Amino acid sequence: MDDSPTKDTVNLKLSPEPTKRLGKGLRRGPGEGGVRPSRGAGTYFRRLLVITYLFLLIIWPVSLVVQKTFDGGLGNLQTALSDPVVTGALQLTVIVALWAVAINTIFGVGISLLLVRYDFPGRGVLSALIDLPLSVSPVVVGLALLLAYGGTNGTFGPALESAGLQVAFATPGIIMATAFVSLPLVIREIVPVLQEIGTEQEQAARSLGAGPAQTFRRITLPSIKWALIYGVVLSLARALGEFGAVKIVSGNVALQTQTATLVVEQKYQDFEQGSAYATSFLLALIAVAALVVVTFLRPKDDTDGD
Amino acid sequence: MGIEIRGINKNFGDFVALEDINLSIPSGQLTALLGPSGGGKSTLLRIIAGLETSDSGTIEIEGNDTTNVPAQKRNVGFVFQHYAAFKHMTVAKNVAFGLEIRKKPKDEVKRRVDELLRLVHLEQFSHRLPAQLSGGQRQRMALARALAIEPSVLLLDEPFGALDAKVRKELRNWLRRLHDEVHVTTVFVTHDQEEALEVSDSLVVINDGRIEQIGSPDDLYDRPASDFVLSFLGPVTRLGDHLIRPHDIDITRYEHAATARGRITRWTRVGFEIRLEVTPDDVLHPDPIQVVVTRSEAVALQLHEGDLVWLRPRAGVEELSR
Repeated sequence: MDDSPTKDTVNLKLSPEPTKRLGKGLRRGPGEGGVRPSRGAGTYFRRLLVITYLFLLIIWPVSLVVQKTFDGGLGNLQTALSDPVVTGALQLTVIVALWAVAINTIFGVGISLLLVRYDFPGRGVLSALIDLPLSVSPVVVGLALLLAYGGTNGTFGPALESAGLQVAFATPGIIMATAFVSLPLVIREIVPVLQEIGTEQEQAARSLGAGPAQTFRRITLPSIKWALIYGVVLSLARALGEFGAVKIVSGNVALQTQTATLVVEQKYQDFEQGSAYATSFLLALIAVAALVVVTFLRPKDDTDGD
Repeated sequence: MGIEIRGINKNFGDFVALEDINLSIPSGQLTALLGPSGGGKSTLLRIIAGLETSDSGTIEIEGNDTTNVPAQKRNVGFVFQHYAAFKHMTVAKNVAFGLEIRKKPKDEVKRRVDELLRLVHLEQFSHRLPAQLSGGQRQRMALARALAIEPSVLLLDEPFGALDAKVRKELRNWLRRLHDEVHVTTVFVTHDQEEALEVSDSLVVINDGRIEQIGSPDDLYDRPASDFVLSFLGPVTRLGDHLIRPHDIDITRYEHAATARGRITRWTRVGFEIRLEVTPDDVLHPDPIQVVVTRSEAVALQLHEGDLVWLRPRAGVEELSR
């Protein structure tokens, strides 16, 4: 029997679980799992296979673009950046991408919360619909938007146009097309995280006096922060690179509705390959830079819990 | 005062979780809601906290009708089975959460957090993240966090259910001592009768959405209102025509006025106690009778498996049930 009242076994003992995984390292090597099987010839062969595949498919072709861009020193970049068609297109692309990403962030978080936290009829259908932009060809998306919002014979187009808002063949249409194709990226990043964290932390916050807005800002948002940032970066990369839907919806008018990807195509066909390579390089650079920044910022293990 | 629960009903679809619950929980006491899993006790606790709504009935906390008050305005401290620690905040920030929501001045928050962390023996962990604490430490942090808002009632939902047996025992002793210090009206849900009997001032046994019995641990253990309460609070066996607890049976090796006679057919030693099974000769009551004796009693009586023994209720033991 333990009846000594002073014996406080709960008291003051150091955490029995050794403090684990404090490092913020970024290495995700094969040794991550701890026990590493001895490497046989098979391991090397598989590794070689993967590297060869990635090299032939991605690394080599992209490096050719970089190489071609800098063939004559900085000449190609200078030519491209002094061409108003290119700079205008880059500007438009950035504006469109930022708008599309902003829209997708707000609606992405909202739809994710709706999908995870609420049960309503048609939830399964909504969840499936969200993947549509990934499976439907962007060209079809462009056509569909034209049919709905075309200025002369679209369903809503004439009405919007008479109200002073031109959608098709203008920036709003381009933003819509871009937002459409990149919609699932934010949602698909956030939903699994929301499902994993559950609702107990939010309930705890409520019982401690936090209202819905405070709970969202102080508890939910910090929990999904990294998933959201990653989703935003993926959307940004996708928005910068959108071609098919934008080509149909924008009308592809140089200096007005021509985005960077459209410029690349046009310059390439007009035998201004130098400018095409340089613009491609810039597009790839922004996307890669965003991914690299996030990879370095993201803690290796940010959801460590129970 | 305390908590007044009147006519609470709750259905989940066809499933009746709670049926016409009427209960008054006195101020300043530690009350256990005890019952099997799925019996409705957690639902009742969540309704008191406002995390769940009842279909009908009213809840009054310290004289205020809170039936339609949202959870964040009830000033109720809630502790979850799986801690519900805010994973992205340090221990100190977790505890400070409710105070910061209430916009208390910084120095007051700091003072109060220090005080609470001392109370739960976590003062040297204040800058750690929950992931760096053990389960028991996380639950103590959750308790400090709930106490920080000076709640009018403290509700604990299976607070030690996720911990291993040893830590669970330590923590419930500690909870009892803590309650003796802070005296906040506390309700905790458990399916562990030992935990409920050991810690609480009064017990409410809930089964199938209904209250089976309300009373002190002694009342319930000695005077159970139903066979369910009797068997839920501890092991029972049938001696003659009565249900009785196995340790309330007197066992001898010599003939005397006994309720039953039989041979010891099973012998299980668990620590200091020995659990016996005696198969009676009585053709009317052929079912084996469970008897529990301490090891020293068994040695003194020179009991062995296969011995013929006589059984009768121990003197002074009330007959529990027909």
